[in-house]
Amino acid sequence: MTGKSFEPQGSIGKRMYTVFGALTFVIVFLAWFVVTNTGLVDPSFLPTPQHTVESAQQLFADHDFVKDIGISTYRVLAGFLISAVIALPVGLLIGTYAPIDAFIEPITSFIRYLPATAFIPLFILWIGIDESEKIALIIMGSLPQLILMVAVDVRKVPHDLVEVSYTLGTKPSRVLTKIILPASMPHIVDSLRMVLGWAWTYVVVAEMVGASAGIGYMMIQSQRMLNVGNIFVGLLTIGLLGLFFDFLFMGIKKVFFRWSET
Amino acid sequence: MEKIMYRIKGVTKWYDSGKKKTEALREINFDIRKNEFVAILGASGCGKSTLLRMLAGFLEPTTGTIYAGDHPILGPGPDRGMVFQSYTLFPWLNVLKNVEYGLKELGKKKAEREQIAMQYLKDVGLSGFEKAYPKELSGGMRQRVAIARALATDPDSLLLDEPFGALDAQTRGHMQELTLDVWRKHPKTIVMVTHDIEEAIFMADRIVVMKSHPGSIKEVIEVNLPRDRDIYIKSDPRFLQYKRDILGMIYEEMRGDETALAMEA
Repeated sequence: MTGKSFEPQGSIGKRMYTVFGALTFVIVFLAWFVVTNTGLVDPSFLPTPQHTVESAQQLFADHDFVKDIGISTYRVLAGFLISAVIALPVGLLIGTYAPIDAFIEPITSFIRYLPATAFIPLFILWIGIDESEKIALIIMGSLPQLILMVAVDVRKVPHDLVEVSYTLGTKPSRVLTKIILPASMPHIVDSLRMVLGWAWTYVVVAEMVGASAGIGYMMIQSQRMLNVGNIFVGLLTIGLLGLFFDFLFMGIKKVFFRWSET
Repeated sequence: MEKIMYRIKGVTKWYDSGKKKTEALREINFDIRKNEFVAILGASGCGKSTLLRMLAGFLEPTTGTIYAGDHPILGPGPDRGMVFQSYTLFPWLNVLKNVEYGLKELGKKKAEREQIAMQYLKDVGLSGFEKAYPKELSGGMRQRVAIARALATDPDSLLLDEPFGALDAQTRGHMQELTLDVWRKHPKTIVMVTHDIEEAIFMADRIVVMKSHPGSIKEVIEVNLPRDRDIYIKSDPRFLQYKRDILGMIYEEMRGDETALAMEA
């Protein structure tokens, strides 16, 4: 490492980046290990790493935790995919056509400010407490955001690209599919990645109210039993799943959008 | 040579920003001949890009008409290829697919598209780069692909909007020569906007010198230099004389402008 690395907006090598990234995990883990094993904090509030591992083993062995992970992942993916399928065309249209922008953008911006979690009582009244209610909450939390994010991505497409396509014979009616969609795709994939992260927040909230399965359900049950070990297993599982999907998206971008300049 | 390609007749352009109206172009009358190379030269703000964008069909004149042959220009079309100052290659397409783009829009078959695109890539000296993506190319190479792409559909004319403006001096000189070379192989009407006096003299048959506030034509200069120009002509006494004359016009214009601004204030 040279002194250059600490210049503002400087850079470090790929290996150094990995080393530094891993280092934080090690430090956090060590701090956790030390404060819990030395009795600095009450173990009924913060479990030791060893105890957490035991809780995990128990959860998988006796409480079918795999099923909880499966059902939560299913809800997240269902809510996310439905949001994506709606947001992609709507965002594209908003970002491309000014009248559609004027028609849909303001109302979407308004809805975006309504906290999705505040809809839980309404959704339970309207839909009940089955799967669709959980998925509806995830859609409520991700769809308006995603629509606006896709619209922003679409507006980033340089106007020169559109104009040059006209001089090459592209009709205005085809610019959306021939130019704007491919040009904005890498940015849209980044937006999808971010929104998938938020979907995990909403699934846990949904599962804490009126649910009978899922990671969030397990965590709220464990809280009633004062079982912090289980709560920690739930947290770590969500973190790891989030990391996994993040890597998946980055992989997709590397494979399909090799041409991308960002 | 005498056939008229584009006829600019009584064209004016006003920009209306709601509060304020600005006169961008006043009473432009000018004919562009078939297969000649016209440079539109002037300082920024003289309306030279506005004029080119009207030729391209991106803007409408406020009054007056621009004719392509007998028909007024009503919008952009593949009969007028264009190269922008900013890099406008489609980043998701490789070099070959970029050059093929216009041919595909015309409905040409794959084999024919490929053959034509390869030929134009060869003409701009980029054989072997077919599979490269734009992000892997230097600025000069990107503009060469852009020229090949604009030519591939065999348009009547090429409109160049400061195409070498973002390039360094060496690359710029090389691109000027290369463009003339390609033009000799594929004769087209070329209209190029530039603020570089040397570039205008080196490349053009005629130079339209513009003046500002409002933008209008100050003078049209025939460049009577041999057509097989290479970079050495830039030190030829005749070349330098053109440069001195045009510099004089532009400085005279700038002084006049400053006086006008001072009087306004």
